[in-house]
Amino acid sequence: MTRIADRFAALKAEGRGALVTFLEGYDPDPATSMAILRGLPAAGADVIEIGVPFTDPMADGPSIQRGGLRALKAGATLAGVLAMVRDFRKDNATTPIVLMGYYNPILSYGTERFCTDAAASGVDGLIIVDVPPEEADEVEPLTKANNLDLIRLIAPTTDDARLPRVLAATTGFVYYVSITGITGTRSASGADLAAAMPRLRKHTDLPICIGFGIRTPEQAAEAARLSDGAVVGTALVDTLAESLDENGRAKPDTVRKVLDRVRALAEAIRATPKAA
Amino acid sequence: MNKPLPNSYRQGPDGRGRFGQFGGRFVAETLMPLILEVEKAYEESKKDAAFQAEWRRLLTHYVGRPSPLWYADRLTQHLRAKAAPGMGAKVYFKRDELNHTGAHKINAVLGQILLAKKMGKTRIIAETGAGQHGVATATACALFDLPCTVFMGATDVERQQPNVFRMKLLGAEVIPVTSGAATLKDAMNEALRYWVANVHDTYYCIGTVAGPHPYPAMVRDFQSVIGEEAKAQMMAAEGRLPDALVAAIGGGSNAMGLFYPFLDDESVAMYGVEAAGKGVETEEHAASLTKGRPGVLHGNRTYLLQDEFGQILEAHSISAGLDYPGVGPEHSWLHEIGRVNYVHATDDEALAAFQLCSKLEGIIPALEPAHALAYVMHQAPAMAQDKIIVMNMCGRGDKDIFTVARHLGVKL
Repeated sequence: MTRIADRFAALKAEGRGALVTFLEGYDPDPATSMAILRGLPAAGADVIEIGVPFTDPMADGPSIQRGGLRALKAGATLAGVLAMVRDFRKDNATTPIVLMGYYNPILSYGTERFCTDAAASGVDGLIIVDVPPEEADEVEPLTKANNLDLIRLIAPTTDDARLPRVLAATTGFVYYVSITGITGTRSASGADLAAAMPRLRKHTDLPICIGFGIRTPEQAAEAARLSDGAVVGTALVDTLAESLDENGRAKPDTVRKVLDRVRALAEAIRATPKAA
Repeated sequence: MNKPLPNSYRQGPDGRGRFGQFGGRFVAETLMPLILEVEKAYEESKKDAAFQAEWRRLLTHYVGRPSPLWYADRLTQHLRAKAAPGMGAKVYFKRDELNHTGAHKINAVLGQILLAKKMGKTRIIAETGAGQHGVATATACALFDLPCTVFMGATDVERQQPNVFRMKLLGAEVIPVTSGAATLKDAMNEALRYWVANVHDTYYCIGTVAGPHPYPAMVRDFQSVIGEEAKAQMMAAEGRLPDALVAAIGGGSNAMGLFYPFLDDESVAMYGVEAAGKGVETEEHAASLTKGRPGVLHGNRTYLLQDEFGQILEAHSISAGLDYPGVGPEHSWLHEIGRVNYVHATDDEALAAFQLCSKLEGIIPALEPAHALAYVMHQAPAMAQDKIIVMNMCGRGDKDIFTVARHLGVKL
């Protein structure tokens, strides 16, 4: 079993969904980003996604774009993010870590070397936003060889003809994009989500997490109740951004503010048993 | 590659949208179903005689095609005067700057708008750099009564004010994009983001031979009308094929359009001219093939200006239309197999060519083809007088007079 499978199995036994958090690595600086990362499990994050900053994040809304730019300005690199994960693993052996990013920085690092280094650093899964199953032949054998899960996004636009193919190429968990759009711009209704789940369940036994547009503890609890987890990204990046000084630098309470928000989300999810 | 050498350079892309290792469909899952829908519709339109006839009708009666092939006699004589005895090729211009809307962009826009209508889409979006593609798209949308939204980098909005006003007159909404360097690449990011959120009714009309498959092939096919006409016109004028073709390269649509019909004519040399900005030895240029390396951006694998970590670098050129850190994937392939020579011209060389062409031929070129002309000025004197060059005069310079005036220190 992988850390991801272990974690979702344990949550299933608990009868609740997962809180999956997303923040850009190095946002707003390496030390603050590392302090937040270390604090996430205790604040209630069940699965941690770390964004690998890229200059041209085509699927991301303004908040995460700005977070990525702050991180790049602070010197973020793929190697730097891997080093953060190695640091994190020194005192956490169980919380799954997923790197989310775009293909070009990976290509630049070297896909094979990256997969080896990611696994060795303690990364459990990858979301490579701009590598759909049609283009995955140069990535999949390498993730498999290194026991890295390749988590895929399923969108409302993914039709029934295409769904089995995308799900077949997914391991770890399924990331259901709840809206047609970019990250953090609007929210889906509970009814939409409830309708979407059976369509996915028909084709996969993997855990399904819902993301894009989940901001409040209530929305997170509802999404986690209907699926196997809620992904919260933009809301956390916004909390972080709002805590910075006028020059975009962390203030003494930046870490606490982000972790407080995570705690509120986690409490709501933990208080809400799963629908089925 | 373990494949046998191609007996034609005109077979690409393959079923996966690849030209060799370049191209493909590197997009988020949210876009993937859409891209496949566009591909299917485009494949059908190729076999649809009524569609093709309507596009040709628009080219003839609305755009004003065929565009003339002009023998630039004064320019030719000027270059000969400075060349060694017996040297100085004949220079022809393929005059796509005479098209309605002032550039080659309209050729592919009309094809794509017809496609959007066929697909039942009711809104059009586009990205634009210099504004020529935005103007062409706004024009076609006015003609077909479709709402049009154009994404344009805020920097480009500033330096291309006449085109911004034109787009607005034509009824389009122009959205200034402030992310990144606020130029063409950022406009394309924003257009892709908007498209993802509005897939149900929106068609994204891409202006160049880049982006995910099928766009590079589709835009090339529509633009190939340039090369097809040039070939027939050259046969009529000179009774033979030209010896060299020269075109400017930003994303590369005007060059692909001119080159593609000639790719299998081995005697025809081809030169794609990238924007060298302040010089390819500086950090301020847009020469993706000369100075970049392969990577993935905007849905395709191609040569990109990027740092050692795979972060995309800002391009620089005096020409907003060439100010792009990537290039169409078919150009990357033609570069690697060596069929086309990719060269470059600086801002200053383009400015000099811009002024020379205006005075000698009475044609004010856009800054984009001024780069091609700068290379012609260098190449023609190195070729014998019985040789023939065809350069794609892909746009007119009205939009650039303010930029040029500023660079020359002239107050308007």
